[in-house]
Amino acid sequence: MNLYDIIFYLFAAITVVSALFVVTTRNIIYSAFFLLFTFSGVAGIYVLLGADFIAVVQILVYVGGILILLLFGIMLTNKITNVEIRTGTVHMLPAGIATGIFLGVVVSAMVWTNWKSEPGLIPLTTTKAIGNLLITDYVLIFELLGILLLVALIGAASIARRDKE
Amino acid sequence: MLQVGLTHFLIVSAILFSLGIYGIVTRKNAVMVLMGIELVLNSTNINFIAFSKYGNFGLGGQVIALFVIILAAAEAAIALAIVLNIYKTFTNVNVDEIDNLKD
Repeated sequence: MNLYDIIFYLFAAITVVSALFVVTTRNIIYSAFFLLFTFSGVAGIYVLLGADFIAVVQILVYVGGILILLLFGIMLTNKITNVEIRTGTVHMLPAGIATGIFLGVVVSAMVWTNWKSEPGLIPLTTTKAIGNLLITDYVLIFELLGILLLVALIGAASIARRDKE
Repeated sequence: MLQVGLTHFLIVSAILFSLGIYGIVTRKNAVMVLMGIELVLNSTNINFIAFSKYGNFGLGGQVIALFVIILAAAEAAIALAIVLNIYKTFTNVNVDEIDNLKD
């Protein structure tokens, strides 16, 4: 059990425990802040897998963008002045049983499968290689995603705009 | 067993996926449902990157993970715009009470 394993278990524990709090705590603001720890833990796992660029993008986009967006959504759709910030739950027992069974099946399949896995050759910094791939092999998807982001930007602005009355 | 390999990353990803599905199914608030979706997308990204490293496929998995992150950002923006509109119309965002398409 070397340093790599210890760091992995640390990040995995942060990720899983804070994700558990995200889906179980009653206060929705607390859920959003536990989501911060989940995203950071996942970024740490990306670093352990040799994906440094993806880890930085995860921090920038998820923590800096999506989480702030979710917090805006919470603030704008709850009455902060009241204590109406709690979120109700439905079907907790059947959902827990179903997802528990699902988790058991998936984990047992993963443990018993004999993966032919040896760590591949990931370069030390992946940014240059990812940039090369983006404009050679994946250029069509790259362009389509650019158009998609433009459409999402215009669409979100036009949906959320107040109507002129 | 304590030596970290592909299986450990896959198990973390499976746990995140299950927790995300649990959050989507049980929570009433639409923003909480969105948080569950983000957990699920993160778990798929862990899978992509883990197989990209241990499966010797080169960097394709990392590029796809990047695309997933972009899609998640676009999806969150659109979904929150829709949630704001729902709040303007129904004055709450509980997904089990919003059940009419047209008044």
